[in-house]
Amino acid sequence: MANQALTEAVYYILLSLTDPLHGYGIMQNVEKLSGGRVRLAAGTLYGALNTLLEKGWITALPGEKDTRKKEYQITAEGRMALLDEIARLTELLENGKKLFGGKSNAEDSL
Amino acid sequence: MRKTVYKWFWAWEFDKEEKWLNEMAAKGLTLSSMHFNKYIFEETEPGEYQVRIELLDNAPTHAESESYIRFVEETGAEQVASWINWVYFRKKTADGPFELFSDNTSRIKMLNRVISLLTTLGVLCLIAGGYNLFLYFLWGHAVSLVGLLPLAVSVLLGLGMRRLQKKKKLLQKEEQVFDA
Repeated sequence: MANQALTEAVYYILLSLTDPLHGYGIMQNVEKLSGGRVRLAAGTLYGALNTLLEKGWITALPGEKDTRKKEYQITAEGRMALLDEIARLTELLENGKKLFGGKSNAEDSL
Repeated sequence: MRKTVYKWFWAWEFDKEEKWLNEMAAKGLTLSSMHFNKYIFEETEPGEYQVRIELLDNAPTHAESESYIRFVEETGAEQVASWINWVYFRKKTADGPFELFSDNTSRIKMLNRVISLLTTLGVLCLIAGGYNLFLYFLWGHAVSLVGLLPLAVSVLLGLGMRRLQKKKKLLQKEEQVFDA
């Protein structure tokens, strides 16, 4: 599992759910985290949340019975997946910087 | 002020339908309800709303659909109409850009829903048309045009499906490289 890349949406959703948030809260948080670059659309987010619920990476918090807004939170399994992904991303980033990163290096290789 | 427009779109032209609805909204006519080929618009500020269409797996009254529609509405959109499993949402432009899908995987999923709808209809038409044809041969009657109509419809559905398959292929190519 550690070898599998998460989608950008899933990565940012998990990162947003260390504190409980509802759908719209996740959208706003992801947009803020990414400096406005990543805007999750409602349909995509809904699908991702359901998949993550099925995988047990997040959990829906028991609200009032007829609660309008369901809140979600990351589980221990979700945290593991997120840590694995951060390790994977670090490797990608370090290799990128090492082989392609510094400005002079990039110019040399051209 | 309300304005009623009758216009026909095939199921595989939902992107054209959505584009048209947004052109109307840009002119200040925002969809407020629709039924079959009857679109009712209300006067709004030009560009006040953005409109999006989606085909759901289930009827809009199904519990699963209701929970999805509520979720979308919680993000500031509003369901204005539904027709069979199609739902029509609108959202104020001032509340930010309105999309239902932000990655290729979910765009492909939506296309797959339309494709499987067309496949079901197409197979039904082929069976009906084929059965009629079989009866003509069996009884030696002259082939009537009405009896062959389902076959013509299935050809039409096939052409529509090809359009969607092309779109899907493009998205799948993108999906191999890009996440979103």
